[in-house]
Amino acid sequence: MAQTPSLAEESGSTPFSSSQSITLRIARYNPQHDSAKSFMEFQVPYEKWTTVLEAILEVKKHFDHSVAVRYSCRQATCGSCGMIINGKPRLACFTKISELNSNVITVEPMNNFPIIRDLAVKFERLFDTHHKIKPYLIRDDTEITTNTKEFLQSPEELEQYIQFSNCIKCGLCNSACPTMATDSSFVGPQALAQAYRYVADSRDKGKDNRLKIIDDSHGIWRCHFAGSCSQVCPKGVDPAMGIQLLRGYMLGFRS
Amino acid sequence: MTNQDENKEGIGGMINPRRYGIERVAYLLMRLSGLGLLAYFIGHIYETSTILKGQIGWNEFLALTQTNAGHAILAIVIAMCVFHTVNGIRVMLGHGGVGVGKPARPDYPYIPASQNIRHKMGIYSAIILAAIAMMYGLAVMFGE
Ligand code: HEM
Ligand code: SF4
Ligand code: FES
Repeated sequence: MAQTPSLAEESGSTPFSSSQSITLRIARYNPQHDSAKSFMEFQVPYEKWTTVLEAILEVKKHFDHSVAVRYSCRQATCGSCGMIINGKPRLACFTKISELNSNVITVEPMNNFPIIRDLAVKFERLFDTHHKIKPYLIRDDTEITTNTKEFLQSPEELEQYIQFSNCIKCGLCNSACPTMATDSSFVGPQALAQAYRYVADSRDKGKDNRLKIIDDSHGIWRCHFAGSCSQVCPKGVDPAMGIQLLRGYMLGFRS
Repeated sequence: MTNQDENKEGIGGMINPRRYGIERVAYLLMRLSGLGLLAYFIGHIYETSTILKGQIGWNEFLALTQTNAGHAILAIVIAMCVFHTVNGIRVMLGHGGVGVGKPARPDYPYIPASQNIRHKMGIYSAIILAAIAMMYGLAVMFGE
């Protein structure tokens, strides 16, 4: 045990008892009155299982509670805690400090999203583009009026899109995308992957409608298949696959 | 809106090849070689138009390509041409949904099926063929 009282012993409530620590560099920026981003450094103890989000919350608890960060579920489900961690977009709650293999951990707000403050970014555009591709089943009848009371689907038909329905709208893909880096009107990998999710759903009849929406000057054609979206997705959605399969329909490679 | 408001990563982020594997390197090389070939194409039209000034003009301009710098530029053009063509075929197939994998329930650690060995082999082949063609070109041009 440590000779001098550690933070953990002082507060009595934190889970950290480790003597290992890392330097956590947190980007601070308030667009209301700061002209540029600056960094604040904190020494944070950690265990093998400590996540970056827990380290940030440790800072808020003991050093500076004004650090702005968005989170909710702490288990890679709500999609709130995306940020740039050591240069790449990742979920803070799904990234362990020990897996980063570095004594210094730098956290910054996600790229390609306007900053609210510090690590919290605006999601309006992502929600708008997601909404734009009509993320719901399109068909004339409803489950209430059909005889069967439900739209039947075979397990094989389910496999066609279930992967893409894992999306938690965290925006990491949009942050990694090279097109998004210069074109904020681009519909983006998140929305395109969801367009595929519905087009590939055997219950959906809105394929032509959706393909028309993404056949736009800032639509699917701006994707160059760099694949960075798929490399950062924390849920295995593989937006790049969905986008190319979608483009396969439009180019006549698939029907 | 200004760049700061949007917090876009900008051209620096777009061209940074270090973070997202060989696929992002291929993306960068494809753009650079496309633009390089476009520049060469324009230069080539200008070069061949010197024939309008008669044989002397033509020969004068052609002499430029016989210098060491001219040879080096042509070698780079050969490499760009081979990479752009081979990788272009890979990209066109990928864009059509060929070889990008099939939808399946993903499992941790979520290796994306679209970033698969077939496409990686395509990229490495394009780079290796470009290097071989460039070396062959250098051997012919400097080997006289
Ligand atoms: C057989 C030969 C060629 C093939 C198969 C090919 C294929 C392609 C493909 C598939 C793309 C799109 C890449 C992407 O989406 O990121 C592309 C882009 C491009 N190509 Fe080619 N191309 C060829 C020859 C040429 C030539 C001769 C030139 C120049 C005169 C050229 C100039 C360009 C340019 C400027 C781009 C845009 C680069 C960018 O902004 O990313 N290409 N090519
Ligand atoms: S596709 Fe993946 S990275 Fe993109 S928003 Fe959905 S879960 Fe996040
Ligand atoms: S806190 Fe919910 S995804 Fe990280």
